[in-house]
Amino acid sequence: MRPRLLNLPRKGAATRLPVSVESSRRIYDALKACDVRLISALPETWLVHILRLAEEDPGMTLVRLAKEEEGVGISAGASLAGVNSAMLMQNHGLLAAVNPIVSLALLYKIPLLMLISYRGHMGERDPWQTQGGLVTEPLLQALNIPTWTLRADDDVTRRIRDAQTLAHAALHPVAVLLTRELMWEEA
Amino acid sequence: MKRSDALAAIYPAIQDDIVVTIMGAVAAELYSLGHKPNFFYLEHAMGLATSMGLGIALCRPNRRVVVLDGDGSLLMNLGTLSTMARYRPRNLLHIVFDNESLLSVGGFPTATSTGTDLAAVARGCGVPGVSTVSTVDALAQAVEAASDLTTIVAKVDATGPASFHMDLGLIENRLQFARALREG
Repeated sequence: MRPRLLNLPRKGAATRLPVSVESSRRIYDALKACDVRLISALPETWLVHILRLAEEDPGMTLVRLAKEEEGVGISAGASLAGVNSAMLMQNHGLLAAVNPIVSLALLYKIPLLMLISYRGHMGERDPWQTQGGLVTEPLLQALNIPTWTLRADDDVTRRIRDAQTLAHAALHPVAVLLTRELMWEEA
Repeated sequence: MKRSDALAAIYPAIQDDIVVTIMGAVAAELYSLGHKPNFFYLEHAMGLATSMGLGIALCRPNRRVVVLDGDGSLLMNLGTLSTMARYRPRNLLHIVFDNESLLSVGGFPTATSTGTDLAAVARGCGVPGVSTVSTVDALAQAVEAASDLTTIVAKVDATGPASFHMDLGLIENRLQFARALREG
């Protein structure tokens, strides 16, 4: 459903892919600074380092999902229980989670902090990613979800903190799109 | 067994727990037995009651969380059983009222009417405590015996209340429930 194949030599195991370790660390540290204590995620190439950091952190509960829509329910439960959480997913996972975002998060005024790898946009080489890339921002606009498009030069800590602050104040989902130039070091 | 009788029988055992229900007949019948601020009725988003229950159970390990689910809802999110089993919160009790139909939308038969065994799915996913019950007494005993992550499939009649009306706004329920969790 969401292929994660890459146009790379076969020797490229996940850890040797040019996913930015530095950006991943900045993003994870920003989540920690926001007192995020639960992360739900579906494994995704651009997110491997963030997931590894979460897994190695005894202060973090990492919930690996079967499908992204579960993450909306898990984050809703965490929020009502008073625990800050974040959802990590590919933009195709956002597409899979649309009904729960509408029928749970928006309906019940649940804050969600969604970090979304922005596949299929500028610089994308894989044709199968492109349709999802083309509809990501229009979809977020249609859902009235405030969105940061996070680039390499942005203040990652500030932007993730501000996104969470707005989510909590508005009782509303927010999205942070993780761009290719932030996450992928291959030109 | 009638679901309303089953709920009445287990109400004393679960009324102080954190309870998350699906929409429709289950919500209306629990509500009619006596609403508590620690009850959350998920009036949409079918399939996600278990995911919410899992999130709460992981965040509040010292409280028992009871999810009142249905066959139609669970069939929309079968992957949730594998995620629940993977993290195995011992404080999560999952009760599936299986009436083999989508009663709230007109009684269309679900796949459990043609042989899908939700208890077998739960067992296959690795849920440690799984049982199927068809009497009120057996359900009450299974609820009492639950001491680890448990899924109880309760076979019930496809009957529901005359009205699903509840005098409780969605946002009112949400805010009240969050406060109850904060204070409890």
